[in-house]
Amino acid sequence: MELDINSPVLREFGSEQSLLSKPDGSATFMQGDTSVMVGVYGPAEVKVNKEIYDRATLEVLIQPKSGMPSVRERTREQCVRETCEAALLSTLHPRSSLTLVLQVVHDDGSLLACCLNAACMVLMDAGLPMSRLFCGVTCAIDAEGQIITDPTAQQEKESRALLTFAIDSKEHNVMMSSTKGSFSMKEMQQCIAVSQKASERIFQFYRDSVKRRYSKIL
Amino acid sequence: MAAGFKTAEPQEYHRSFLKEKCRPDGRELGEFRPTTLNVGSINTANGSALVKIGNTTVICGIKAELAVPTADAPDKGYIVPNVDLPPLCSSRFRPGPPGEQAQVASQFIADIIDDTNIIKKEDLCIEKSKLCWVLYCDIMCLDYDGNLLDACIITLLAALKNAQLPKVTINKETDLPEVDTQHKRHLQINKHPVASSFAVFDDEVIIVDPTTEEESLATALITAVTDEDDQLCAFHKPGGSSLLAEKLQDCVSRAVTRNREINKLIDKVTESKKSSK
Repeated sequence: MELDINSPVLREFGSEQSLLSKPDGSATFMQGDTSVMVGVYGPAEVKVNKEIYDRATLEVLIQPKSGMPSVRERTREQCVRETCEAALLSTLHPRSSLTLVLQVVHDDGSLLACCLNAACMVLMDAGLPMSRLFCGVTCAIDAEGQIITDPTAQQEKESRALLTFAIDSKEHNVMMSSTKGSFSMKEMQQCIAVSQKASERIFQFYRDSVKRRYSKIL
Repeated sequence: MAAGFKTAEPQEYHRSFLKEKCRPDGRELGEFRPTTLNVGSINTANGSALVKIGNTTVICGIKAELAVPTADAPDKGYIVPNVDLPPLCSSRFRPGPPGEQAQVASQFIADIIDDTNIIKKEDLCIEKSKLCWVLYCDIMCLDYDGNLLDACIITLLAALKNAQLPKVTINKETDLPEVDTQHKRHLQINKHPVASSFAVFDDEVIIVDPTTEEESLATALITAVTDEDDQLCAFHKPGGSSLLAEKLQDCVSRAVTRNREINKLIDKVTESKKSSK
């Protein structure tokens, strides 16, 4: 099947917001069978040793489906945290803490992308000030060099390279990039182009789901 | 006066330099700090290397141990990298269990080893499902002044090139391994990945090989790893300001030339080490 850059194939996605009572914002995000639940607490009091005088301290915790968080989760946490930090206007809440807790409900590929989407949803739900939105897209390059967007765990295993990008909503540029496997510069550029196209669909979904929610309240 | 300016307004201080297309330490925007390499620095290890990029100093020791291969990969040995950031190297690191940066760096190195097949894991197997080599690659930072990942990858590659393993045979009668320390062989290195790190200033100016100060002021950090065939092995940008795809392309092109320079350096040092023996 020839890949059409203009309409990348994404699995069905869905989301629910404000489903938990204790956190200041909560959301789930599902892409196919991959599902992540997130809660955010804050702005709240911060521990003295973590206090930053001119902005909020953001902490991201990723809980795997089973077992304790490992070194791999640390890498994901760093990616999600630094992407959120770039999007959040954290200078509006100096000397306070923001804690994002992500619980992996099921991993069927494209987990980091799903974490990013869930994180963005929850920040919107909590009503935290942001300069832009972001979304995550995973691309897998298979043995024949074809690009598969939003791969399942099986497709990830069979792929030669796996690239995850975070795309911002303002200029559709690359905010975050995390890769596995080896690939050429041209392939990366193609993956970025595909991800930028796919991001439009995800941003439209963000817009629709927020619109639907607030039209009920108003 | 200048010192006061630097402490009070570090961002503005750096900006005034970048406007003139240079940096506070006198480098151009696309210039790496002088990189020096020493191999075989630790006698007791099977292989070792010490690298300095400016003030950043990283040492790697490789210890080979015999072990039983795992059940799911009976014909493979394994490589265990570990990055240590002791309190000695910078005031930002505290004693105790490894912090996030050390863990992320260890994972990054482990991914590079797996993705690029620097060493074929099959080469480390001595006898199927009985005996194999485990290579413990302990990377320790002695002085932290930014650009840790570049230094780690250079020192790992040089140490692996330097490493020698003794010949091991399994005695058929006793079923015990016999180590012949007289005959040593070098490891077969398949790929030569080299990392290049970049920092983004004010969302647009890209500088290479950032120091600690530049890292802390930067709005984004990028690490690109390429091999000698100009393939990308990793393109890591944990977050920060968004960049155009063209800018990322520039980073990769710079990484490709850096790969040539570093591989030349490693070859030269390895060669001179051999001839001095």
